[in-house]
Amino acid sequence: MPPPFDGTSSKHDQPTVKRLRETKPLRVVGLLLLALLGFALAASVHSQRSVSQLAAARPDDLVRILDDLDSRAGRLRAQITDLERTKQQLAGSGSDAAALSEARKRTQDLGILAGTIAAQGPGIELTITDPQLTVAADVFVDVIEELRDAGAETIELAGVRLGATSWVADASGGLSVDGHPVTSPYSIRAIGDPATMEKALEIPGGIVDTVQARAGAAIRIKRATTVTVKSLRALPSAGYPGPTHS
Amino acid sequence: MIGVLALLAGLVAGLLLQPTAPTWLEPYLPIAIVAALDAVFGATRAGLEGIFDDRVFVVSFISNVLVAALIVFLGDKLGVGTQLSTAVVVVLGIRIFSNAAAIRRHFFKA
Repeated sequence: MPPPFDGTSSKHDQPTVKRLRETKPLRVVGLLLLALLGFALAASVHSQRSVSQLAAARPDDLVRILDDLDSRAGRLRAQITDLERTKQQLAGSGSDAAALSEARKRTQDLGILAGTIAAQGPGIELTITDPQLTVAADVFVDVIEELRDAGAETIELAGVRLGATSWVADASGGLSVDGHPVTSPYSIRAIGDPATMEKALEIPGGIVDTVQARAGAAIRIKRATTVTVKSLRALPSAGYPGPTHS
Repeated sequence: MIGVLALLAGLVAGLLLQPTAPTWLEPYLPIAIVAALDAVFGATRAGLEGIFDDRVFVVSFISNVLVAALIVFLGDKLGVGTQLSTAVVVVLGIRIFSNAAAIRRHFFKA
């Protein structure tokens, strides 16, 4: 052990050294060695904590460390590739296209509900014949409400697409639907779950019973896998209200 | 007692100065410290048994350190440095433990 750094440590035990110098010079050497040991301990602990450990490491240790770092770098590179791909999917085509198709689907749904788009799907077709004009408008209102309760999403009454503001009134020789005069037989087409709507109309004391109780009137219900409603409603433009931006 | 003070003084100086061991010394420093600790424990035991001798302590301290460093140096040259350092540490550790046991017996009679 060359002693390159014990100049300061000997300063600390100066009084001890003076007192012992006359008696035993070897004891002074021993004490210096002890101080050097303490100093070396501190230095070793300190350098063990610092980053320069690699400079003192053995070649085979360095090779092992390098291998570890290489495999770690490989793993991290693979991770980067994965994340980049995910990022592209989210940022590029992915989310824009998803948002666009979502918006289109929403437009279609709203259009079908509002009656501005032709619609088709499973449903029922029912025909009410009323040659003696005994079935009044209130029965048709009941029919429409019963169908809506049963989940009908698109209803057409005698060629008139029904919407949220539709109305039915008695008129001479027939009915007036949203102002259009119509006459018997009245055909109603509804898109929705066929079984549910049929049951809703056929419940005891319901629509079917009511219509058949009227003189000369008859009702016929037919399930269909595809009901096509091509009639459209004009979308009323909102006069006073506008959307809020909250 | 004076020895303990000297050791503490060296520790404090090292902690205050935060020295960095030179690069060529760094692989040998831990082994040298363990070897020196062995000498210190042996000296403590001898002191408690009343047969402490300054000359023996100084010579054993220096020779321990030199031999330990030499073994590690040789091991590095032969390519078995890691294993030889382990061997040195094990042997010195056993000696330190037996010396510590003797010191303990002297203090606690057990």
